[in-house]
Amino acid sequence: MSPASVKGAVAIVGAAETTELGVIPNLSEIQLHADAARNAMADCGVGVADIDGVACAANPVGVAHYLGITPTYIDGTSVGGCSFMLHVRHAAAALASGMCEMVLVTHGQSGRSRVGAGGRGGDGASLQGQFEAPYGPTGPPTMFPIGVLRYMKEFGLTHEQLASVAVVQRQWAMGNPRAMMRDPITVDDVLSSRVIAYPIHLLECCLVTDGGGALVLTTAERARDMDLARPPVYVVGTGESSETPMVSQMEDFTTSRAFRVSGAKAFAEAGITAADVDHLMIYDAFAHLPIYGLEDLGFVGRGEAGPFIEEGNTAPGGKLPLNTNGGGLSYTHTGMYGMFAIQESVRQLRGVAPAQVEGVELSVAHGVGGMFAASGTLVLTNRKP
Amino acid sequence: MSPPKPEPRPTPETQTFWDGCANGELRLQHCGACDRYYFPPRPFCTRCLSDEVEWRPVSGRGVLHTYLINHRAAPGFEEEAPYAIAVVELEEGPRMMSNIVGIENTPENLVLDMPLEVTFEERGSVMLPLFRPAAPTGVRA
Repeated sequence: MSPASVKGAVAIVGAAETTELGVIPNLSEIQLHADAARNAMADCGVGVADIDGVACAANPVGVAHYLGITPTYIDGTSVGGCSFMLHVRHAAAALASGMCEMVLVTHGQSGRSRVGAGGRGGDGASLQGQFEAPYGPTGPPTMFPIGVLRYMKEFGLTHEQLASVAVVQRQWAMGNPRAMMRDPITVDDVLSSRVIAYPIHLLECCLVTDGGGALVLTTAERARDMDLARPPVYVVGTGESSETPMVSQMEDFTTSRAFRVSGAKAFAEAGITAADVDHLMIYDAFAHLPIYGLEDLGFVGRGEAGPFIEEGNTAPGGKLPLNTNGGGLSYTHTGMYGMFAIQESVRQLRGVAPAQVEGVELSVAHGVGGMFAASGTLVLTNRKP
Repeated sequence: MSPPKPEPRPTPETQTFWDGCANGELRLQHCGACDRYYFPPRPFCTRCLSDEVEWRPVSGRGVLHTYLINHRAAPGFEEEAPYAIAVVELEEGPRMMSNIVGIENTPENLVLDMPLEVTFEERGSVMLPLFRPAAPTGVRA
């Protein structure tokens, strides 16, 4: 017996972020997990006793203990900011096969205030420690965009087009009271902001914030029997993949293999093409990520994403609403942003997003882990399977 | 005093690479079955998983494949910022991260696909491969 897919068998019934978002110096990381988890459980009216599966990118045993959960399913997948897409994917398989009945996925990160956060530091004997760190990178802003100049040379992407990614996402953030950055900006503002790592300017880098989010998943069958305040969001396609933990070893600096593999897998399972998608979230740690994502997921052809964004196609009122919460560039970015991309897809499908798009029935949340190291993709819908 | 720059710590699988650097020689592993070079070091071919791989000295020549210019100095790099973090495509195929020396690191000076050649800099207990603009053919120092 081998089920071809678990398409539509599982639903997100509870979804919420931490009560506060942005700067939260009074909460430790584990409490950010718990705050988001309690909000998500309250969102769907379930208690600790209903939860028998726990997933997070930190320590799921710690989260289960902190919340008083006795799990029969534990997923500690930690592959960077897209880990939550993978948690949803794994939970869908576990729920559909009967390994557990209700899974709680949590995220909490004191990325800004560093309260109860783990240490940082590299190992000089790792491959990154031997063959990347000696050349003086200082975190993702000085590593992740290393392929941008190659992309510019191959496809003619302009600095103005790259800057327009940040401009458009700020337009979405202006409609979102919880977004950290809400003042309008222009291409000139972006290009005159401080250079962090040429060709990347400050306003082309994500924020650094505190916060979290959580999801409650169960079978579509069980969801139908629950007394839910908001309709379930069904998981109809999922994908995941990885390429390399060393950004310098990407096969091609103008495209992400992990994006292509993960996206194609999710779209195939859902039986959709890019043209079917009403709403899209692409993890934007830096301004070039939506450009790579649009192309690698097949929304536009190679080299077309820069002009596509510059022309307003992804802006409010455009034909492909993208990163409608303002994204990592303007909404929030705790370090592992993927949970917030999923939260916005769920809000749009529930019709409760601050910058709500009319008639969203199919949403894609696409995440990156590390620096093009890993990827996870979710296709979500509010249509009953 | 500024803290030292990050120092690579060789492992059994990478020691031969660093031994080569100490002798002023860039070495890569070559798979006989696939007739190809690969990097970073592993004791087996990353395409066919064969153990029939050997270390070979390579030319040290390559081109500037892509880069960025870091304005946030890492520990020990304070005097050099802003400096390029580059990916060099070696003549033999593999790419490696490096720094570009012997030329001011500006967008105008650093043109993609410009020819480069390896040089080595002492970094703690190892010699670290860096790259500089290649001398014109025939007048290599």
